[in-house]
Amino acid sequence: MKDVEMKMLERAKQLLESGEVARVIGWKKGEFFYDPTPASFETVDELKDFVYDWFCGANLSKYLIQMSKKEGKTAVFLKPCDTYSFNQLVKEHRIKRENVYVIAVECLAKLNIEAIKEKTDGIVKSVDVEDKDVKVVTTNGEYTLYKPEVVLSKCAVCNKTHQAKDEEIILHERPERDVNRFEEVEKLEAMTEDERFAFWKGQLSKCIRCNACRNVCPACSCVKCVFDNPHSGIAAKANDSEFEEQLFHVIRAFHVAGRCTDCGECSRVCPQHIPLHLLNRKFIKDIDGLYGEFQAGETDEGKTPLTSYTEGDIEPKDVFNGEAK
Amino acid sequence: MFKIAKERLNELYSKIAENMPLFMPIKKAGQVNYGAYEAGVETSVETLKTVKSPKDLFFPQSENMMKFKTEGKNIEVIDIRSEKDAFVLFGVRACDYKAIDVLDKVFLADPVDTYYQSRREASVIVTLACSKVEESCFCKVFGIDATAPQGDVTTWMDEGYMYWQANTEKGENLTAIVKELLDNGGETEVKAQQEATKAVIDELPFSNLDLSKFKPENLNELFNAQEWEEMSEACLGCGTCTFVCPTCQCFDVRDFKTNEGIIRYRCWDSCMYSDFTLMAHGNSRTTQMQRFRQRFMHKLVYYPSQNGGLYSCVGCGRCVNKCPQHLNIVKVIKTLGGKDND
Ligand code: SF4
Ligand code: SF4
Ligand code: SF4
Ligand code: SF4
Repeated sequence: MKDVEMKMLERAKQLLESGEVARVIGWKKGEFFYDPTPASFETVDELKDFVYDWFCGANLSKYLIQMSKKEGKTAVFLKPCDTYSFNQLVKEHRIKRENVYVIAVECLAKLNIEAIKEKTDGIVKSVDVEDKDVKVVTTNGEYTLYKPEVVLSKCAVCNKTHQAKDEEIILHERPERDVNRFEEVEKLEAMTEDERFAFWKGQLSKCIRCNACRNVCPACSCVKCVFDNPHSGIAAKANDSEFEEQLFHVIRAFHVAGRCTDCGECSRVCPQHIPLHLLNRKFIKDIDGLYGEFQAGETDEGKTPLTSYTEGDIEPKDVFNGEAK
Repeated sequence: MFKIAKERLNELYSKIAENMPLFMPIKKAGQVNYGAYEAGVETSVETLKTVKSPKDLFFPQSENMMKFKTEGKNIEVIDIRSEKDAFVLFGVRACDYKAIDVLDKVFLADPVDTYYQSRREASVIVTLACSKVEESCFCKVFGIDATAPQGDVTTWMDEGYMYWQANTEKGENLTAIVKELLDNGGETEVKAQQEATKAVIDELPFSNLDLSKFKPENLNELFNAQEWEEMSEACLGCGTCTFVCPTCQCFDVRDFKTNEGIIRYRCWDSCMYSDFTLMAHGNSRTTQMQRFRQRFMHKLVYYPSQNGGLYSCVGCGRCVNKCPQHLNIVKVIKTLGGKDND
């Protein structure tokens, strides 16, 4: 990983020094070794805090809505999953593509520090990755964890490849894996209605309505969200009832359906660890089944199943009759 | 001092709950938050940091305040507050207990917030000393001793036992209720644990943050610091840091129409939200940098200047753990604080 970081740093320096770009968006080191923050770097000097490591899970594409409107070109490091969000935002005319220079960077999954802490005792001192082994040193001793169990939920089933790039920095290829991203959705589908309702009720009752899921979501790019708009009639800052808990999430899931790229940021940021990505993935699976396979963000142009009409489109009655499963 | 074997803690909880409602850390759908103890719940008093702090018990995330009914030109105002009978809040850590002081100074100052006051008076608080701390903890910086929290009763826990000591009359009364489950003893064990924990706390990465710069006389300099721009750049403007914070105290009051009149309620608000300062004339904070700055200036400068130097951060580290982009008050303290932070 260090070699990739060095290479990125080198490129960032060149781009800034030559004046080709006015700023570079990447990650900068945090207080610990596991909490980098998205950041923009405008000078070579600022790059001293630049990092790219196992904990750079944050998706940088949404920051480009603002950054691409600034003076001068913005270079950005995008992981495979981030490029889907990027394309989707370009398609929706939220990012000015001509002002962005995309550097596709390799990703061999990102780690979830909370999962690591749960599986170890004591204060975490260091984390190293060797193939499938995650070696953790804490004040209590040493642990070897199985990597797939401590990656971010989005990474556990990721087979994504870069869909946008002006250049790439890939030093280690990631082998294609045999993963089924709908496995968890299928488990929910297999439940009875009552079980499923109980599952979501339990999960959503934890929601503190902090809006982190919405604010981080690249598909949630409305200038004024309906839940913040006092004229919408449903503006609210707290969930006062079960109904409100569900309303917020169901409306959000519907609104991003067909545009959600499955970047997994909603589940990464939720302070209550609500598996929000499952709601969106259910929609993705349904769209695949009803309209043919579709992956949002694969391109930055073209029609999408829910915003275009073809004669072959499924009739609502067939959906409601339960023909489409 | 008394003690009770850990295997018998459920008996202790049941005994208390038979007498009055008991609220404590409960695990639900994988996360631990304060909730009511009842049959079948999974208690988790050993969890160091509940996601939300116990402040909900005094200052709920949303509550109905009053109802208006109009008839012709008359408006009838009906008090619909939900009063809480005496209740026990169990397992409160030292930082969260100190946070109640911070809230008291706001809600119990003149004019007294009677909604908050009634719950405060109804509460019997049992604190729990920390023994396994985390690297994000920095209560020591605020003069808090995590190994000796106050409250009506203080408890400590080690591998085998929970130790119990009443500090107030309310605490004595609670002790009387559970007395039959308690044995004498624990002084030596508690002392040993306190010393061991303190040694760990002294070594924590944030335990020696320097706050000396955060004083009212530096208000303008801090407010105008160039660094706010860079520090706030990645901020999403979500409410996570404010909603998990035990001392954040801002709320919004709104009305909504129902079939039986208009209900006025209040709910937590966040200075990180864009409409927080929206007024009839417009909005006085139009950028996320300004909102971000407000949150930390309030905690480190404004609040202490109005409350005899008491900071309105207790170093619980929740914002350190929970900010989606890893921004937090520690970064602010290090960037703008005294030079001893390097
Ligand atoms: S989802 Fe894939 S590309 Fe994105 S961070 Fe995880 S492993 Fe990397
Ligand atoms: S991030 Fe989690 S807690 Fe916050 S609003 Fe979204 S679902 Fe609710
Ligand atoms: S500091 Fe972090 S938690 Fe707070 S509003 Fe900004 S992004 Fe959200
Ligand atoms: S500002 Fe952060 S560390 Fe301080 S009390 Fe609030 S949540 Fe805890």
